[in-house]
Amino acid sequence: MIISVASGKGGTGKTTVAVNMALSVKDVQLLDCDVEEPNVHLLLRHKINETKPVYILVPQVNEELCNHCGKCSEFCEYSALFVSSKKVLIFPELCHACGGCLIVCPKNAIGEKRRKIGTVRMGVAGDMELVYGELEVSEPMPVPVIREVKKQIRNNNTVIIDSPPGTSCPVIESVYKSDYCILVTEPTPFGLHDLKMMVQVLEEIKIPFGVVINRAGIGDRKVYEYCGKKGVPILLEIPFQRRVAELYSRGIPFVKEIPEWKKRFQFLLDDVKERLNR
Amino acid sequence: MKQIAVVSGKGGTGKTTITASFVALAHNIVVADCDVDAPDLHLLLHPQIIETQEFKGSKLAVVDETKCIECGSCRNACRFDAVNNDFQVDPFLCEGCGVCVVVCPEEAVSLKERISGYAFISKTAYGIMSHARLNPGEANSGKLVTLVRHNARQIAEKENGDLILIDGPPGIGCPVIASVSGVDVGLAVAEPTISGIHDLERALRLLNHFNVTPFVCINMYDINRNNTERIIKFCEKNEVEVAGKIAFDPIVTEAMVAGETVVSHSPDSRVSQEIKTVWQRILRDAREQIK
Repeated sequence: MIISVASGKGGTGKTTVAVNMALSVKDVQLLDCDVEEPNVHLLLRHKINETKPVYILVPQVNEELCNHCGKCSEFCEYSALFVSSKKVLIFPELCHACGGCLIVCPKNAIGEKRRKIGTVRMGVAGDMELVYGELEVSEPMPVPVIREVKKQIRNNNTVIIDSPPGTSCPVIESVYKSDYCILVTEPTPFGLHDLKMMVQVLEEIKIPFGVVINRAGIGDRKVYEYCGKKGVPILLEIPFQRRVAELYSRGIPFVKEIPEWKKRFQFLLDDVKERLNR
Repeated sequence: MKQIAVVSGKGGTGKTTITASFVALAHNIVVADCDVDAPDLHLLLHPQIIETQEFKGSKLAVVDETKCIECGSCRNACRFDAVNNDFQVDPFLCEGCGVCVVVCPEEAVSLKERISGYAFISKTAYGIMSHARLNPGEANSGKLVTLVRHNARQIAEKENGDLILIDGPPGIGCPVIASVSGVDVGLAVAEPTISGIHDLERALRLLNHFNVTPFVCINMYDINRNNTERIIKFCEKNEVEVAGKIAFDPIVTEAMVAGETVVSHSPDSRVSQEIKTVWQRILRDAREQIK
């Protein structure tokens, strides 16, 4: 079973929920797909056993063969190539590595070279398997790194995926093909607004979902009203407590200090399983 | 004209709350909400839209089933696994590159433009706002950010404004790069948590890469004073100025619930004073750069 944790708005507690949930059950693989700002590993004492660079292929032009016909730049939807009468300029950070320029070049003048854009790290935290990706700073495209992280999924256990904030392509890539998505929100106008956007995404890609309300007690009741009206299940509420916030600030998952929460996260996962089997 | 961007790396550190207050404190400023895939600034500034533009971000491959002979050329050539076993294109995986179009022997595939979102130019009580909304699940948020910034610049030029304030998205990827490239001053909002420190470090590296003068503001600094000290030391070591610290205060959420900026909701609160201090500091820097 693959469960993704997402939110729309940043800082609502995705990582907190993903990590505490993973610590509460057995036989878990935890994947951090927020490769722009991975935080899961900061909350877990872990050991990395394997590190894999993530490459994308970018075009390389053999100027001796190139006749500057411009077919490649005409083809490229991302404006990653510019052909002047004497030279071809390549903008690697714009390239999506589709390989189309190689196909359209009539002179076979284009090859490809690898470009490193990130790293995937694999290891263990206690009896949990941990995988996280890291996009290199100044690299614009997180999606290929997320893809590499997700390639490590072993489907015979419970897989928990921590997603990046937002509602655009990196989020889709992270939650895509998961069996269930847990949306973490806070009961504030920002939390509600971004929750609604994420609900739209999940309805479109047809992933069942439920909501965890973090920092319950602050803000207003509108998230509850929305969930009630929409028939979105509220799976769990985590009340706002200064102690929880302080533990988080020190990088300590709160189930370690307040163990009764382990049961609630186990119950949350059982609840999700039951909903999926219904 | 000078541009100030508020960024953070980590989400939820208070970028939008702080940006909205800056807008209320400033005069004659154009604000751009560049968090196009989860925009929230409008919830505090209540813009009235005066102009809407369609945004065509990425294209989508469309297969004409009457021409398709199911040869599989497109599926083999697609590097995004966007063509399934029934030779249909998955719109969520398709990146609109057009490889399938060139490899199809039957000319059965074409690229169609899709409306990926909308850009808006609006009026608020404090001035003009440039913002947008990317349709949920769409790609190419960086391109839409570029459009939002272009609109903001045009308005500022027309109105003889000399400052643009940008509310950036979280992370360090394409929409963030589009938000900070060419910007003069960057304010990184950090929270004193282990994750906050880690993400701040990466956000500052990004600002450095794009030659943006960095400032740091520590939000909710009293949640963990040790970590606040660590951030201050880290900034000293890297010669980054801490423009100010803002305390944790439930008033911030109250203001948000009321749909108001903190400084207009409770102008005499300590938090409002602290936000003002940060704004004056970075404003001074931007003004000096103008001279």
